[in-house]
Amino acid sequence: MSRFKKKGEKSLPGISTSSLPDIVFMLLFFFMVTTKMKEVTLKVVVRKPDATQASKLENKSLISNIYIGKPLPRYQSQYGDQPLLQLDDAFAKPKDVVPWVLQEIEKTAEFERSKRTVSLKVDREVKMGIVTDVKEQLREANALKINYSARKAAILE
Amino acid sequence: MAKRSAPEINTGSMADIAFLLLVFFLVTTTMEQDTGIQRKLPEKQPENITPPEVKRRNVFIVLVNRNDELLVNGEPGDINLLKDRVKEFILNPRNSEDLPEKTPTVIEGLGTYEVSKGVISLQNDRLTSFEKYMQVQDVLTRAFNELRNELASAKFGKTFDELQILGKTNPDYDKKVEAIKKAIPISISEAEPKQTKSR
Repeated sequence: MSRFKKKGEKSLPGISTSSLPDIVFMLLFFFMVTTKMKEVTLKVVVRKPDATQASKLENKSLISNIYIGKPLPRYQSQYGDQPLLQLDDAFAKPKDVVPWVLQEIEKTAEFERSKRTVSLKVDREVKMGIVTDVKEQLREANALKINYSARKAAILE
Repeated sequence: MAKRSAPEINTGSMADIAFLLLVFFLVTTTMEQDTGIQRKLPEKQPENITPPEVKRRNVFIVLVNRNDELLVNGEPGDINLLKDRVKEFILNPRNSEDLPEKTPTVIEGLGTYEVSKGVISLQNDRLTSFEKYMQVQDVLTRAFNELRNELASAKFGKTFDELQILGKTNPDYDKKVEAIKKAIPISISEAEPKQTKSR
């Protein structure tokens, strides 16, 4: 009868935390694998213009970026202060765009090539001349899907 | 002498170390997504082919000059009025003679819809600033998006934006999105600036 009687106050057993490191490591690995560090080091100043109709670009892996803007101050002694374009990690001339685009298309899987988009990340103060040159080169390379990168804004001032 | 077992390493701080790393990756991860205005460039034409003639009434010329001023169909224009003018141009609600023609087209899910033949020609100078150019692009895109929203609300009871969100998961809505896109194509032509100068 008294066999199952409580033997006075019994304290709650503490929750075992020995599996906590495992859980945290699992999360850690998830983030380590999914994190992609910044792809390129910007050598030009790009302050994007605002646009109310800016929409999201899907599928990051199918986007190639062309940056256009003034060189950063530390490059100005060498490259001057006129807007330049940057492809991957280096300064480039508009005529370098064609081989670069073809190389980017080469990297894409065959069935996704038609979806490849070139995103033009252009500083707001750049004149259209250089942008037009790049657009002409893109037509030359038959890379017709483009995106004018802009920040999403609720209203324009 | 008796063998002494090596003392066990205390793993109590393992969780702390892992957390620290975790927080580092959480902070440095950027979920930043590129946003912008998407456009399709015209295909490169062989040089010996003359472009097809387009009737004057079907073209709406927006020119941004080197001083970032707007010239709409040859007259100074205001960017704030541009959106409504573009909408009127594309819709041509009174079938007026100097606004674009329409071609009745059978569109799946919409029936017969009078698709406008109008084209917006956006021209710029080499010295136009990119910011102004984008403002105009933005206004033009807004005009088309509003037209699409209005048509979608009238036909399907949902705006185009809503249909697009629903279309990601439901193919029925995706068909409606495609129908609206066909009814109101974004017909903006970005001409090369050298053509601007000869004008």
